[in-house]
Amino acid sequence: MMTCRPIFLSPILNPPDLKDPVFNEPWEAQAFAMVVKLHERGHFTWSEWAETLGAEIKSWDAPYYEHWLAALEKIVEAKGLMSQVERLNRVEAWDRAAHATPHGQPIELSRS
Amino acid sequence: MPHDGHDDHSELSPIALRVKALESLLVEKGYVDPAALDVLIDTYETRIGPRNGAKVVAKAWTDPAYAKWLKDDATQAIASLGFTGRQGEHMVALFNTPEIHNMVVCTLCSCYPWPVLGLPPVWYKSPPYRSRAVSDPRGVLKEFGVTLPEKTKISVWDSTAEIRYLVVPLRPANTENLSEEELAGLVNRDSMIGTRLAGRTA
Repeated sequence: MMTCRPIFLSPILNPPDLKDPVFNEPWEAQAFAMVVKLHERGHFTWSEWAETLGAEIKSWDAPYYEHWLAALEKIVEAKGLMSQVERLNRVEAWDRAAHATPHGQPIELSRS
Repeated sequence: MPHDGHDDHSELSPIALRVKALESLLVEKGYVDPAALDVLIDTYETRIGPRNGAKVVAKAWTDPAYAKWLKDDATQAIASLGFTGRQGEHMVALFNTPEIHNMVVCTLCSCYPWPVLGLPPVWYKSPPYRSRAVSDPRGVLKEFGVTLPEKTKISVWDSTAEIRYLVVPLRPANTENLSEEELAGLVNRDSMIGTRLAGRTA
């Protein structure tokens, strides 16, 4: 069954003047940008990030941005920006919100 | 996006849920600004890319003083063209010669000179490239369609979080009459990683 993800339809999948798309899916772009912004604000050094990402890449086999996302989840916890419980509760809340949203409408957390 | 077979409610993939959870919490807590995230993504997708690096290379081909500066202090020489790093990385330019061909890899993760080359291509991040660039660089080059003379040595450089490399490929023959802009058109992205040569057949 095809999963329909209306709010993720975005023109950024088709960058106008690059042969290869930079990101395969919008979530990759979001994960990428969060890391760069958190680093810019000084929440971690780039070496700390490279080390965290490198450890993920070494320990299991997955597409690059899945490693990236797993490393981001680890580093925000290690740096005390959010707890794991907080994060997992929020994942569930978004899932409930998505299921409560009629197809084609924006998914909002208030529906969870 | 195909719309056949969907339910009447929406669904987010497990990975999209994880990203939304992180983002919404970081925004709520004031750690990131959602508008700034969008600006950053747009910048990387449309405005930063290998054309920046190509300008650096073409300038080095045509301007000996700039080439020397690039060799001595690549970070400053590149910044003088307006390309500066977000991660504060130190740039080193590696000049190919008929004797030495340089090739860049990041065996740890995928450190890459974003300001001049944009985001890394998929193969650069792949485990086979990361390991084989070190163990069998000549074989990797062959797969990219590059066969170097036997006497040309290959130097492989491993990027780190602190040091990023930019390969300055050899200027193609018979290009004396081209302008700097035309020359930049001959510099493809892979030639600045060292897996291809510069030239019309990119």
